Amino acid sequence: MTTAVSILPEQQLAALNAAYRQAVSRRRLRLLLGAAVFAAALVLAAIGAEVNLHTLFTYFGNFVSYFDRILTLDSGQRVWTDVGEWFWGWRKWLKMLGETLLISYVGTLIGATFAFALNFFAAENTSPAPWLRFVVRRLLEFARTVPGIVFALVFVIAFGLGPMAGVLAIAIHSTGALGKLFSEIVENADMKPVEGIRSTGASWLSCMRFAVVPQVTAGYASYALLRFEINVREASVMGFVGAGGIGQELVVAIRKFYYSDVSAILLTIVVTVFIIDITTGWLRGRLFGEEART
Amino acid sequence: MTRPQQVDIAQIRARYPDVFDRPASARLATPAMIVAALAILAYGLVDLDFSPSRFFAGLSQLGWISLMMIPPDPGSSLPVYLKALGETLSIALLGTTLAAVFALPISLLAARNVVPSNILRFPVRRLLDSIRGIDTLIWALVWINVVGLGPFAGVLAIAVSDFGAFGKLFSEAIEGADQKQVEGIRASGGSALHEIRFGLLPQVLPVIAGQVLYFIESNTRSATIIGIVGAGGIGLQLAEQIRVLEWQKVSFLILMILVAVAAIDFISGKLRFAIIGRRAVA
Repeated sequence: MTTAVSILPEQQLAALNAAYRQAVSRRRLRLLLGAAVFAAALVLAAIGAEVNLHTLFTYFGNFVSYFDRILTLDSGQRVWTDVGEWFWGWRKWLKMLGETLLISYVGTLIGATFAFALNFFAAENTSPAPWLRFVVRRLLEFARTVPGIVFALVFVIAFGLGPMAGVLAIAIHSTGALGKLFSEIVENADMKPVEGIRSTGASWLSCMRFAVVPQVTAGYASYALLRFEINVREASVMGFVGAGGIGQELVVAIRKFYYSDVSAILLTIVVTVFIIDITTGWLRGRLFGEEART
Repeated sequence: MTRPQQVDIAQIRARYPDVFDRPASARLATPAMIVAALAILAYGLVDLDFSPSRFFAGLSQLGWISLMMIPPDPGSSLPVYLKALGETLSIALLGTTLAAVFALPISLLAARNVVPSNILRFPVRRLLDSIRGIDTLIWALVWINVVGLGPFAGVLAIAVSDFGAFGKLFSEAIEGADQKQVEGIRASGGSALHEIRFGLLPQVLPVIAGQVLYFIESNTRSATIIGIVGAGGIGLQLAEQIRVLEWQKVSFLILMILVAVAAIDFISGKLRFAIIGRRAVA
């Protein structure tokens, strides 16, 4: 079968071409306009943030040489030639690292407990009253929008320096984040068991305990483990404001230019974060199957 | 209603041994896990110096602080705070853009369908992993050592830590792209650069744009934090006011941050819908 390519009459073609060009040029104009606005915003931001390319180029060498210096021992040798000297403070650092892990563990557990207690009030389908849902939701929103380290700054003043402030800051932030995720799980739960239990004359509490909780615990545990992973990272910097953990050692090392200590502590933190990531990932896969991993 | 007979129960027991006589290990697993978790919790509470007296003293202190925070009042430094807020937004925007610009070429190197050789891809991936493993605050401290105190250090800190995240996200987007377009361009005689420009980029740019917008949003939060270690922006003001116990100013600053974050959320949500469509966002 042969197909004949129909050539349109000249004036019709011209009209189509013009329409096409107009459409394309309109799109190009829009793109150009967007790019111009973006560039203007960037220039404005550069002025606002005191960006100075001259400073960057003068000091960029410093950035590279900084990494050179943190990988050099006091004796002038590379750090990996003398691991004993590099990790001279490993006892102290491991202790601080343990403290960091404990802070994130206790913080996550307290946060998850509060989130568990509050999330039924925040979920659309289980909340006993609309006003209660509104109040709890705003509360959780506040707890999760204010950064954890800001809570830590305030708590350090209220509770004194030390890991307690870090734990409470992490606990509050986790309550906010987990409360939202937990209530989303509850909203996706099957409501038929709840109706079944309510039809026997059970109270709201029994409905939650026997109809909702059995459906949602696996999801809760999965999210709590994920949160623990995030909190380990967060606890590693809590020490910057005096709220305990290995951050304290790190900030001292950076501020006082103990170069090889900086790289040793950084390496310890990165390796720990890796190990925790892998372990919790494996644990979640093991406990809740492949689909819960993402 | 008849009560179940003793015989029936015995029969049922015999019929479903795995329900009635679960092995001890299965029955004890859950309580054992709970006991272990609580034991670690108790050890942690002791080790971290939790004491009820300290807790309640701190709580009353906290209540007093909250009372001092009301009403939020900037005093006479509202212009300074607005400028600091602008600085924070600038840090977020510039840092994210810088990271995206540098991450795009690197992410091509980390994508399996662009660079099939493992030798090049593996070190690039591990580099990106290590950069991501270090918190933004730590990068801020490092950059303060290099370029001095101020917002510029904040921009660079956000740029570096996002570089790691973007490198991974972009390379995943590229790996998820459809290969048919790329093959078509190769078939018509295009070079490797043509394949990337006309085969890959049109597919991945909307995805990348969505991710960059999302990061600008979340970096507004990060940018408030890095000020605490001295890298400029509103976090610097916040940390200072907390240290001098000006609680009314503190609460005002926190409110400012909350409003700014909500506003950025709203704007970038709208922009993302416009760029990649409602379906891809949800």
